[in-house]
Amino acid sequence: MSERATPAIELRGVNLHRGDVRVLEEVDLRVERGAFLAVLGPNGSGKTTLLRTILGLIEPQSGQVQVLGGTPAQARGRVGYVPQRAAFDLDFPIRSGDVVLMGRLARRRWLRRYDASDHAAAQNALETMEVAHLADRPVGALSGGELQRVLIARALAMEPELLLLDEPTASLDERIGRGVWEILEELSHHITLVLVSHDIGAISHYVRDVACLNRRLHMHPDGELTDEILEATYGCPVDLLAHGHPHRVLSPHGEDGGHS
Amino acid sequence: MSEALATPFFQRVLIAALLASIACGVIGSYVVAKRISSLCGGLAHAAFGGVGLGYLLGFSPMLGAAGAGLLASAIIGTAYRRLGSSLDTVISLVWSVGMALGVLFVALAPGYTPDLSSYLFGSLLLVPWEYVALVGMLDLGVVGTAWLLHKELQAVAFDEEFAEVSGLPVEPLFLLLLGLSALSIVTLIRVVGIILAIALLTIPAVIARQWRNTLGGIMGVAIVVCAASLVAGLLLSWQLSVSGGISLPPGPLAILGLAIAYASSSVARRLRD
Repeated sequence: MSERATPAIELRGVNLHRGDVRVLEEVDLRVERGAFLAVLGPNGSGKTTLLRTILGLIEPQSGQVQVLGGTPAQARGRVGYVPQRAAFDLDFPIRSGDVVLMGRLARRRWLRRYDASDHAAAQNALETMEVAHLADRPVGALSGGELQRVLIARALAMEPELLLLDEPTASLDERIGRGVWEILEELSHHITLVLVSHDIGAISHYVRDVACLNRRLHMHPDGELTDEILEATYGCPVDLLAHGHPHRVLSPHGEDGGHS
Repeated sequence: MSEALATPFFQRVLIAALLASIACGVIGSYVVAKRISSLCGGLAHAAFGGVGLGYLLGFSPMLGAAGAGLLASAIIGTAYRRLGSSLDTVISLVWSVGMALGVLFVALAPGYTPDLSSYLFGSLLLVPWEYVALVGMLDLGVVGTAWLLHKELQAVAFDEEFAEVSGLPVEPLFLLLLGLSALSIVTLIRVVGIILAIALLTIPAVIARQWRNTLGGIMGVAIVVCAASLVAGLLLSWQLSVSGGISLPPGPLAILGLAIAYASSSVARRLRD
């Protein structure tokens, strides 16, 4: 298939600055279809900006961005997005189930109401994220972790080819957080996943590739991540950051053996 | 009260009030949910520029108000989408420039400007049948749009970023919403005037929000609350003039009624929780 030949994401020489502040500098990134990539970087390193660039929500001053073989605008509706913080007003009058149903916007034509297949997809996504029982609850009444799951469910309801997640487990507690990791791992066999996080400890061994971002991006295929690279990215000793699990990122080869 | 309902004059005013409540409830719900009432305040006041231009050039001030309201919604809507933090400034500018132009145009207008105050303070009791027809058409447009574009408008009102990611034309949809708000506000100008139009647009939806958790539910309750307040204002105004010989406009009475209703609703809500 020719679709297979084009990568899910390809960035070439992307430069983005806001006023005098350089946010992304000469970023090259190639993400193959089916990849499960984690982009690590400290706060303010441009992670969210990177995702928003891939989504076409912001345009870089120079460089090329290709998503699913076209421009970000052409890929709209096939790329799911889970923002770090809700971009909306939590007091907005809407039930969680209707938020998830919004994931079907791209599939439903103008002037048409959501049909049975949309409701089925939304229900499916709610069940996958184990929040089906919250469908009738207003979004404002959800806890942080519940809201995070509803937002992931909304992205899943899109049935996207590529899913971008911004700090997906930041507001989940350890136990629930692991559940989300298992769901993501399961998903990664069907679609391309890219997540960004500032927390090295949060990157589980499910992730297959790792990149480090601090304005500039360094790819580390197969999770090869050395202390030197992390130090260069974060600008301080890794032990301090990894906080007791310094080798969590390095371990996938031996431990689960499941990656290709 | 029954003799009031029997007079054709009162019936016309009543129909006008009920029809205005429909557009008011539907659009007010979006405005309150998306928290854009300050934007709409700008639209209402900018409309006065059009009223003045109508007097100056001799066309219908209502038509002028509609044109100015739509122009203001295009300016403020574009600024809202692109400027972010400096939006406040743009709203105040459009707000005051519209009013200033209106005052200047009225000063330049030849001769006497009849019923200028009815645009500032409303004149529900004086509305002609043409106005009733106009509001009826606006209702069709507003309800039709809200029905046909429900999922798109809800998405844009709720989460513009996700709507964008889903491939919706967010800016045109937002401008459509603001344009409809401008037209609704212009019709409310005849009911309560430019100064109180925003109160009539938003208070019913704010009350409805206390009791309903979906946009559709809020719209239904807001329409009823808006209609009830206007009917109460009309009946009180009628009663005062018949029995007491005091002539008071119904619009401001309705607004005060809404304020009392809001206070009672807040208390009731707190007691129930």
